Amino acid sequence: MPLMEALNRRALEHNIPLSAHIDLTWRCNERCIHCYLDHDDPAELSLAELRDLLDQMAEAGVFFLTLSGGEIFLRKDLAEIVAHARLRGFDIKLKSNALLVREADADWIASSGVRQFQVSIYSHRAEVHDAITKVPGSLERSLKALRMIRARGVHTIVACVLMKPNARDWAGVQNLAREIEAEFTIDPTITPHISGDRAITALNISRAELTEVFRSESLVGNIADFCAAPAPVDEDALDSTPCSAGHTLCFISPKGEVYPCVQFPLPCGNVRQQRFADIWNRSKQFNQVRAIRTRDLPVCSTCGHAGSCTRCPGLAFMEGNMYGPSTADCEKSYVRTGIPSANMRLIQIMSPAPPSSDYRATIKASC
Amino acid sequence: MTFPLRAPNLASRVLHGEAIVMNPADSGLFSLNETATAIWLAADGQTPLRTIVESHICPDYEVAFEQALADAEELARDLAQHAILLLLPEPRPNPCP
Repeated sequence: MPLMEALNRRALEHNIPLSAHIDLTWRCNERCIHCYLDHDDPAELSLAELRDLLDQMAEAGVFFLTLSGGEIFLRKDLAEIVAHARLRGFDIKLKSNALLVREADADWIASSGVRQFQVSIYSHRAEVHDAITKVPGSLERSLKALRMIRARGVHTIVACVLMKPNARDWAGVQNLAREIEAEFTIDPTITPHISGDRAITALNISRAELTEVFRSESLVGNIADFCAAPAPVDEDALDSTPCSAGHTLCFISPKGEVYPCVQFPLPCGNVRQQRFADIWNRSKQFNQVRAIRTRDLPVCSTCGHAGSCTRCPGLAFMEGNMYGPSTADCEKSYVRTGIPSANMRLIQIMSPAPPSSDYRATIKASC
Repeated sequence: MTFPLRAPNLASRVLHGEAIVMNPADSGLFSLNETATAIWLAADGQTPLRTIVESHICPDYEVAFEQALADAEELARDLAQHAILLLLPEPRPNPCP
């Protein structure tokens, strides 16, 4: 069994939050058109509060730690936060737009033992990237910082979120990543705003564009395997847990609220009022999430994709029901295999409107 | 004599008696069993390997000292090859934090 799988299994068995994601701030020096956050300062956790939280998290068994935002370099105490996290033995990934990173920052990032540094790059064309971030010159500055950090031996990651304005730019970004010797990742899903407002999901790429992504060997590996019809759903698949959110993973907001995942805004407690371990072990909400098995999902348990779907419970929650389908993932399963999900069939039955060329339009019409 | 020392800058966590260790330099991930974890945790750069075996391995396991020491030396060499343990010929002057 691969080591990561064994670790996750052990964490699941012992109820250990192996991975945690902390947003240190929601303040940001970019204004990305697809951003799901509010950028007001929400009374962020202080350095002292964060040190205490990191101590508690280390004690609870958290190992993989992602520090993100907002823009983390807007916190003047970032180096101290990272230093404390390293002292407590965390494996650290930083997510940043890197606009504020200077040579001296690159030096401390490299010497502090940060393992991964991730920057979102939306396009190889400055006019497209900068229009998405709404900061002129941002592509040039982000790339410069990425090169500085990579030159110091830190594993860098170029993440490309796809949306309408950059739908076909991923290959250009992939080339940039190759040139920088950075890892390249892609995310074709726009997440609804944390307030629940779904307006920004209109930026999602079209079915045709998603099909291009899923038919690209450089992104998905073996296309035939990736796009193969799902294997029959067996008992193991029905007994499986939907994803690691709330099981071995949690998210903490800048003001200390604890959620199952950054994409799953179900409030489970606040570290300003309770110990982290108490929230993790005793929160009614965490225990509700943990109790869910695929067989408990009324629609998804009847779906042929149940064993292979990437269903995000957080996106389902943001659609109004954590036991329901995530339509973005129904779309992915369909585009991958050409086989409609149970939810897609259900919507077609309930809404016998003329077939639309865009499935999302059908969903919106029926909601 | 060998004085093992945990390499600097590693990430590590002990979960239910077993350590996981990540080397940020190459993203090498290691899982140590209970015995290896005991040696790893005691590797402060000041305690000789044979003392670690005497005080941390032999009392807890039914094993002859010479056999335990041979196993520990093999493990230490293996961890050193993966750059997560340093094998010092002399004790380091300051205790490991």
